[in-house]
Amino acid sequence: MRRVAIRAATAMMLAAGLVLMMAAGSHWRSKVPADERARVNPYADKPEAVAAGRVLFEAHCAKCHGEDALGRYGRPSLRGEEVRGAADGELFWLLRNGSTWKGMPSWSSLPEPERWQLIAYLRSLPPEPRQNSYR
Amino acid sequence: MVLMLTALGLLATAATRMEAQEPPYFVTYSDALEEPGNLEVALKGTTAQPKDANGFFSPTLELEYGAKAWWTTELYLQGVAVANDATIFTGFRWENRFRVLPTEHWVNPVLYVEYEDTNAADRSVLEVVGSDSISDLQPNTAESRGEVERELEGKLILSSNAKGWNFSENFIAEKNVKNEPWEFGYAVGASRPLALAASGRACTFCRQNLSAGAELYGGLGTAQGFGLKATSHYAGPTMNIDLPHGPTIGFSPQFGLNDNSAGVLWRFKVSYEVQQFRDWFRHGGAR
Repeated sequence: MRRVAIRAATAMMLAAGLVLMMAAGSHWRSKVPADERARVNPYADKPEAVAAGRVLFEAHCAKCHGEDALGRYGRPSLRGEEVRGAADGELFWLLRNGSTWKGMPSWSSLPEPERWQLIAYLRSLPPEPRQNSYR
Repeated sequence: MVLMLTALGLLATAATRMEAQEPPYFVTYSDALEEPGNLEVALKGTTAQPKDANGFFSPTLELEYGAKAWWTTELYLQGVAVANDATIFTGFRWENRFRVLPTEHWVNPVLYVEYEDTNAADRSVLEVVGSDSISDLQPNTAESRGEVERELEGKLILSSNAKGWNFSENFIAEKNVKNEPWEFGYAVGASRPLALAASGRACTFCRQNLSAGAELYGGLGTAQGFGLKATSHYAGPTMNIDLPHGPTIGFSPQFGLNDNSAGVLWRFKVSYEVQQFRDWFRHGGAR
């Protein structure tokens, strides 16, 4: 009886581990709920928000993604197709939740308006051809 | 003490920019972890003039490193200077915090595990558990420094972020590795930045760089006597300012709420963040 219980517990742990690995390995955009994806940036195209977003970017994001947002040491570019192709709502979801298994922390402690300002700034950046993502 | 301040100064020189997202708590933990690769160096001080005891100043040097986005590890080196007595090193702590859930929820749990090796002269009051009280602050250091306490401590940290506010609740369980009962404690805090949207201009004292809140913490007795009897409790406002391209400075007067508590604990904190510390050890391939 004890052996059966041990085997059952081991199987459950392996299954849980597998589920976690699958969840961690899937693309972050596939996890964004539809209502989150549809959210609209209230600061879109506002020059003052872009300026504020730049200040926030330099304080919080540049250390990992580079002052030019092109990525460093394997950390993704924020000017590639991955980010440019994402909806504002998807980027907002990523900032709120992070992608912790891939090294991106949650920024939920930043107030919502500041997260939208960051996204407004990212939208103002010119594209670059290289691709690198949280995939 | 001089060594600690020198180390802080040297690392502060190397720091490039402050971190702004941590709530301004001194005892309560939130779900904010150190960003992966960053090293935060902080000097946290507590000073008080307890009733029937000598005044003291207790500095704690903190080295906090973001090992992963879901794991922060931290080393504390503690000391105390007691008026009309002595200045001594009181011990160290090593703590680890683990974010449990991969996405954000209404309540975000973080698990905290700590080992501490401090002597009874320690007066850092980094948490209050069991029946910790003002009487612990009364013996002179010569009496108490020989009493070494090796303890394991666990915390369940629950934290919520909504509309700019952070609400955090900590449940603390501490066990001396000797045959002593489990001791329990709590800490709760609420805070908010003074402005929710950033300004596009560089400014030092603008509201976005200031956050304020309050915290309340105390002991909950032991496994043999759970409750508020003979426990001490503190509450007070807290405030942080993040100086652009400089340190984060925090301040809080925390008031004892009963006769077992010291009158007022005056706390301050100065912290610098060495950003992407691990990149210092990487060669080439910045792109």
